[in-house]
Amino acid sequence: MNVEQFLYHEARLLDTHQLEAWLELFTQDATYWVPLERDQKDPIETSSIIYDDRTLLELRVKQARHPRAHARLPLARTVHQVGNVVPLEQKNGELHVSSTLQVIEFRNERQRLYGALVEHRLRRDGDSFRIAHKRVDLVNSEGELDGVAILF
Amino acid sequence: MAANEQLAMLIQPDRVHRAVYSDPAIFELEMERIFGRAWLVLGHGSQLPKAGDYFTTRMGREPVIVIRKDDHEIGVLVNRCAHRGATVCAEGRGNVERFVCPYHGWSYDRAGALRAVPFESNYEKGKLPSGLRAVPRVALYRGFIFASLASSGPDLDEFLGPAKSSFDDFADRAPGGELEVAGGVFKHAYNGNWKLMLENHLDGAHPAYVHASSVAVARGAPEPGKPGEEHYFDIAVRQMRQNGAPDAVWEGTGIWTTAHGHGYMGDYHSDDRLVAGLGNPAFDDYRKRLAEQVGQEEADRILRVTLWNTIVYPNCSFMSQFRQLRIIHPLAVDRSVVYTYSFRMKNAPQRMFRDTVAFANVVNGTASWVLTDDLEVYERLQRGLSSGAVDWVYIGRGHGRDIDEADGTRRGATGTSEVFIRGQMRAWLDYMTAQT
Repeated sequence: MNVEQFLYHEARLLDTHQLEAWLELFTQDATYWVPLERDQKDPIETSSIIYDDRTLLELRVKQARHPRAHARLPLARTVHQVGNVVPLEQKNGELHVSSTLQVIEFRNERQRLYGALVEHRLRRDGDSFRIAHKRVDLVNSEGELDGVAILF
Repeated sequence: MAANEQLAMLIQPDRVHRAVYSDPAIFELEMERIFGRAWLVLGHGSQLPKAGDYFTTRMGREPVIVIRKDDHEIGVLVNRCAHRGATVCAEGRGNVERFVCPYHGWSYDRAGALRAVPFESNYEKGKLPSGLRAVPRVALYRGFIFASLASSGPDLDEFLGPAKSSFDDFADRAPGGELEVAGGVFKHAYNGNWKLMLENHLDGAHPAYVHASSVAVARGAPEPGKPGEEHYFDIAVRQMRQNGAPDAVWEGTGIWTTAHGHGYMGDYHSDDRLVAGLGNPAFDDYRKRLAEQVGQEEADRILRVTLWNTIVYPNCSFMSQFRQLRIIHPLAVDRSVVYTYSFRMKNAPQRMFRDTVAFANVVNGTASWVLTDDLEVYERLQRGLSSGAVDWVYIGRGHGRDIDEADGTRRGATGTSEVFIRGQMRAWLDYMTAQT
């Protein structure tokens, strides 16, 4: 599987609500980061829209399956459109990949559109990859956002 | 326009008419009579350390600039050029010498006075306006910035009344009393009336239902690390678990409402490590620093205060203990946006602020486990209240058992009482029908 195919595979797992399989793409030491601020350097002393380690990411997936998760029941239907995939560099056994992401979300008679610059740090795993770090910079991260109950 | 007698019919002791949440004409009247009259929380002095520092915000729907003037006082200016009406300052924050209108170059100093007008000789002498409209009343309490669009009315001291104690708690906890806004601002919006948020934040009967899913996943989370070795998110997991506290804990919590619609709730947390950071070396260090500033006895008193949310009606809700403050901006009868600020105690250990940030992310953040379910419910409330099939909204939990206390507050008979909503509605009617 090449890098593009892997990112498309990841997007497809999200769009088909295979959230547990999506979670398995992440390494045990993975971080998943949706910064609040543009060019945000630090996830510890500045808030983030999402800053999850593997444990929190797992809790996020579990919440999505809870029978009284009001904002996630039903889960929004989505299309994650991955584009502009550019492998940047290989460093410490990880491939840094830049891409763009458009997400169309539909739920409760409302369609929403997100755009983001994305960075993955991938580790080879047999024929595929594992995600060691994923950073999603939404173009409107600093804007007035309605509640976000999807994953990017 | 609704006459005062008609408005009075909408608010009854234990129920209110749905029009209060869904009628656009009433919303217009609220902007004029509530947001145009009350003291509104705008921010904190730490956002403006130097002369010329400013940030933009809204008072109700009015765009305003909050600025540190040359005399170091804080001014609030309506962000609207006196000429043709463009906003003179782009949204955001920064430092300026002059505000220059992008349209025709009229420029204003830090106090809003008109300083230069291109083609000035073409205007009739004596006809030029003097400057940007200044918001008539601005006042500070414990570093928090308040302003009122009305030139008369109760002063800030009278307006806050017993709710001052919540700001005291916020500031007193900081060694040296020094707080600063830090760590980014969440801005979340929802398709619902502004009052829905204020009515939710002191509602002890909702967490077990609205937050059932986050309580469940938090209970399944790994046990928190040993004191001093906590995961960065432990504080938030603890908080989510507390939302699942037994009914008796909620019932036993104190809840008060004051004149002018404010309210606050005693703490329902039974987790010592969440509240007092017991065993946590950073928290021990903090306690020591606080005692060095105010003495051990006063430090003990400060740390014994257990407040949860405080509502300052009509635009603010804050958690003094966890240093989070929310300002609500009504946009339309069915659309609101909330800005959530975190505060750093300047002289406390760094770890304390990391906990504040983690708490904000997981509990109050736009994509958090907790807030997203609240927002879903606000939108469902708005949909239900938009229906004309049923007119009345019942706010009677604990009604008839409210207790008037010596300090002028009214206490709910139990912690899940809707006494605070009844207090907000009384204030709503006072503002809406006041003769000024």
